[in-house]
Amino acid sequence: MTGTPLIEVEDLRIDLDDGLKRVAAAEGVSFRIDRGETFGLVGESGCGKSITALALIGLLRPPLSIGSGVIRFDGREIQHLSAAAQRDLRGNRIAMIFQEPMTALNPVSPVGRQIAEMFVLHKGKSWREANKLAVEALASVRVPAPERRVNDYPHQLSGGMRQRVMIAIALACGPDLLIADEPTTALDVTVQAEIIELMRNLCAERGTAILMISHDLGLVANVCRRVAVMYAGRIVEERGSADIFRTPSHPYTQGLVASLPRLGSRAALGRSRLKEIAGVVPAITNFPEGCRFNPRCTQATDICRTVAPPADLLEAGGLVRCHHHA
Amino acid sequence: MPMLSFLIRRLLQSIPTVLAVVLLVFVLFSVVPGSIVSSMSDDADPQVELRLKQQLGLNDPVYVRFGTYIAKLATGDFGTSFRTREPVTAMIAKRAWPTLQLIFAAMAFSVVLGVPLGFIAALRPGGLVDSAAMVLAVSGLSIAKFWLGLVLMYLFALKLGWLPSFGYGDGGLKYLLLPAVTLGVSPMALFARTTRAAVLEIMTADFVRTARSKGMSETRVVKWHVMRNALVIILTTVGLQFGGLMGQAVVVEKLFSWPGIGSLLVDSVLQRDIPAVQGSILVVVLAFLAINLLIDVLYGVIDPRIRYA
Repeated sequence: MTGTPLIEVEDLRIDLDDGLKRVAAAEGVSFRIDRGETFGLVGESGCGKSITALALIGLLRPPLSIGSGVIRFDGREIQHLSAAAQRDLRGNRIAMIFQEPMTALNPVSPVGRQIAEMFVLHKGKSWREANKLAVEALASVRVPAPERRVNDYPHQLSGGMRQRVMIAIALACGPDLLIADEPTTALDVTVQAEIIELMRNLCAERGTAILMISHDLGLVANVCRRVAVMYAGRIVEERGSADIFRTPSHPYTQGLVASLPRLGSRAALGRSRLKEIAGVVPAITNFPEGCRFNPRCTQATDICRTVAPPADLLEAGGLVRCHHHA
Repeated sequence: MPMLSFLIRRLLQSIPTVLAVVLLVFVLFSVVPGSIVSSMSDDADPQVELRLKQQLGLNDPVYVRFGTYIAKLATGDFGTSFRTREPVTAMIAKRAWPTLQLIFAAMAFSVVLGVPLGFIAALRPGGLVDSAAMVLAVSGLSIAKFWLGLVLMYLFALKLGWLPSFGYGDGGLKYLLLPAVTLGVSPMALFARTTRAAVLEIMTADFVRTARSKGMSETRVVKWHVMRNALVIILTTVGLQFGGLMGQAVVVEKLFSWPGIGSLLVDSVLQRDIPAVQGSILVVVLAFLAINLLIDVLYGVIDPRIRYA
């Protein structure tokens, strides 16, 4: 795709400063998302995907901070913007949905008011107008009887309904980018499908790009056009989502793909064990030398233990960081 | 009407509490040595003493006296003071207003200063304001009331001459100020600490992160999302402090010669005026129960998750 990308991350490093020493919780993170595109960030817990998202929306809190690198939104560098300028973007042009719909909403405020805040904050509406718009916003995420539901408190709604409210809040101002951090992890599988479908349709209608963050490669590949896989604070592979499933290049991605249950496979029928990747993600303070995946990698050689692999561009498009990639 | 049935049930539940208090005070004062008669004179004529005791019914067995007392109480009769021969209800009625004035003034002082102080401290934890506020809070909690009262008297009455040193006077603000501040300092300190802790905890909640992701300034985050959540916790502390204040008012009223229920209680205890003691304690207990009930009702107003069933 040509033209200015909507968001462009270049060599981003996120520091974790515990007061004694500073370590990189994520580094060398680069990717771009075009307008209206769907992009996925996948990895195990602790790989740095959520903090990358928080960095984009300017919500990193101490002990985490942006160490170096550039985040360009709509052609403009935003990592050093003033607090007020960041607030103008946040919620208005970059919105975010969080994992826990149970706790992400204020328990003592009616949901309608929590939606209406967006119009007051960013569109200069009066509370009266904002409340009317909140009813419409609630209707747009297919909450039945929205004019009554706006007066409900979060505890009166189911998990799925609450996540709909979160989507209504996030999309209220028609943002250019929606960051969805594990938006359905806390929900039932059936509700999960509904919420994903809703989010995808609404964003497609409005031309909103999605950055979806999940540990679930299957889900992300289903929603997103392109996928980046993160491991221990680095992006190890970035491809079109169909390609990554068919021909995963990085041994870690191969492990992830192999660990997915497939319909009709022996594992899914219970006749053999699902594949797993041996070992666990290393702690941030204790990343291994060289390729960070080498202690868990079956193909690791001496070079993997000493030299961090550079990003190799693949012929079919995308990139991979592995000394031995196919 | 879940609210109405809640209220009725709570009122019924308080009956055993009240009875237990009455019994406890009664038993206590029948076992402590001395009586109104012995407190009047050291070398009274034994004949006179006996006659007086007979008159006041002090020679009857405890259970008989308790029975009579409860029976009268049920009709709203708190008995007659041994000292003044006045009905206890009349004595208390006279003194209830000064005590209410004192307690509410102290409460207002401590809430108006303590809660905002806690909020400000929590916005920059570890900052200058925070450190100063917390030093103030710890001092306020640890300071002895009778000492603080004396210092204030010395400073504002004796040295500066701005305020009267003690007494009720015309009951105006001038007279109320020193006792109210003396009484209000420790709850103020407690409210500052509780508010700070509550706000700091709420600031880490997920919904605060959501609020920030909406592009709100920190001031708005606090105003729109933190305050009301903190209020539930603050309200609990305020409710409990009302009870504490009624106890501490005894010291302050005595110190400032404030004609409230507290000083009535002290004088009555010293002279073994049992009906007056029982009446005062009963009124304090009833007030405490009423305030707690009010606080429970207020919870529901602030936090929609709390339902009365």
